[in-house]
Amino acid sequence: MLHGYTGSLLDGAWLTFQVAVCSLALALALGLAGASAKLSKLRLLRAPAVAYTTVVRGIPDLVMMLLVFYGGQMLINAATDALEWDYVEVNPFTAGVATLGFIFGAYFTETFRGAFLAVPAGQLEAGAAYGMSRWQVFRRILFPQMLRHALPGLGNNWQVMQKSTALVSIIGLSDITWLADQAGRSTHQPFLFYAVVCAFYLAMTALSALVFNALERRYSVGVRRAAA
Amino acid sequence: MMDWHIIVDSLPQYVDGLWLTVQLTVLSLLAGLVLAIPFAVARISANPLLAKPVWVFTYFFRGTPMLIQLLLIYYGLGQFEWIQQQWQDGSRFWLVFREPYGCALVTFALNTCAYTTEILAGALRATPHGEIEAAQACGMSRATMLRRILIPGALRRALPAYSNEAIFMLHGTAIASTITLVDLTGVARNVYSQHFAPFEAFLFAGFIYLLLTFGLVGLFRLAERRWLAHLQPRKAVKDAA
Repeated sequence: MLHGYTGSLLDGAWLTFQVAVCSLALALALGLAGASAKLSKLRLLRAPAVAYTTVVRGIPDLVMMLLVFYGGQMLINAATDALEWDYVEVNPFTAGVATLGFIFGAYFTETFRGAFLAVPAGQLEAGAAYGMSRWQVFRRILFPQMLRHALPGLGNNWQVMQKSTALVSIIGLSDITWLADQAGRSTHQPFLFYAVVCAFYLAMTALSALVFNALERRYSVGVRRAAA
Repeated sequence: MMDWHIIVDSLPQYVDGLWLTVQLTVLSLLAGLVLAIPFAVARISANPLLAKPVWVFTYFFRGTPMLIQLLLIYYGLGQFEWIQQQWQDGSRFWLVFREPYGCALVTFALNTCAYTTEILAGALRATPHGEIEAAQACGMSRATMLRRILIPGALRRALPAYSNEAIFMLHGTAIASTITLVDLTGVARNVYSQHFAPFEAFLFAGFIYLLLTFGLVGLFRLAERRWLAHLQPRKAVKDAA
């Protein structure tokens, strides 16, 4: 049905999925670090975190990606020349994951920050009153409750992020979008192949909505809902 | 480290690109918003014949990347012989889909329309029961109630969420550069390939986008002060506590 391109499209779909998951891991790490920095008492930590979230959320992801891909290569060339090392090429996968992780790290920072603030101070004080150490309070009380507040926001960020993975095709990564483009050109049926890409993204976003609903149920155990 | 000459020399191009970015953003937001109002009313309708098609529309446009939607319309439509026939016959409507500008506008407008429809539908559902009952008690018809009570209230409530959508749209227009349009991002890509100066080209474009974003945020803050004045936090009296 797909003129022998089924296998190649599946490879592309797998690559897109890898880009999405790797960027998610990076963005979650950056988001937690960013939120901790923003909530820190130290100005030295707060100021760069504020600059990070403001600047990154004010610039289109495509511009950021082109900057990291082309600019990153130039910086690395300058560094390897100065150190007299061999030429190192930035591959599109690393550039794509680094950029997506860096951009969405800023959105996750805001989500995590809001969620940390939503945990009532009384909960933390109660933990301290039981004689728990700061680490114990974080692990047993702050983090699980924070996650409950963060999950809806994380789900939204993740939905936006999955759709942004299509941009890596522009910096030459052979993801599903790039492969569909090639297949569409050689068969003169671009509509068909782009429609397949649409179906893939719809399936991926629908599946992750299911996962997030399950997670939200898991982390909302014991929360009473007012009858509507 | 930055070579400012490159930026100064290409300033006229950046101005042209900025103008195209502004056009694409403003026109698609306007068209999307105007379409989204009837769509949102249909979306919350009890009649599934009205609600379901709108749900399918918003589900598709919110579940797939805008880049693919753009490629689907710009490159994809030419696959169909019937549309090629329309182009040859000079059909005004279908010729829009042969130009990158028309394709970009249509895609962006439909995309923002889908998101705005869901935002407005949420705001319509959040209408307090009392307002609807009061309107019914005054003897308003459904159309009058929509016009006087439901839609104005929903537009106000939707404002904070809509400001995010407007910023996403501004940033989304950057993908117009993938179908040969020379918007702000398109200029940056041209400047990069002429001079091999990625920092000058993309940082300067990024800086303009940042200013545009701040401008939009400022405009929406003014709009909220005007239309959500009743929700502004009251000035606390200092010695009350």
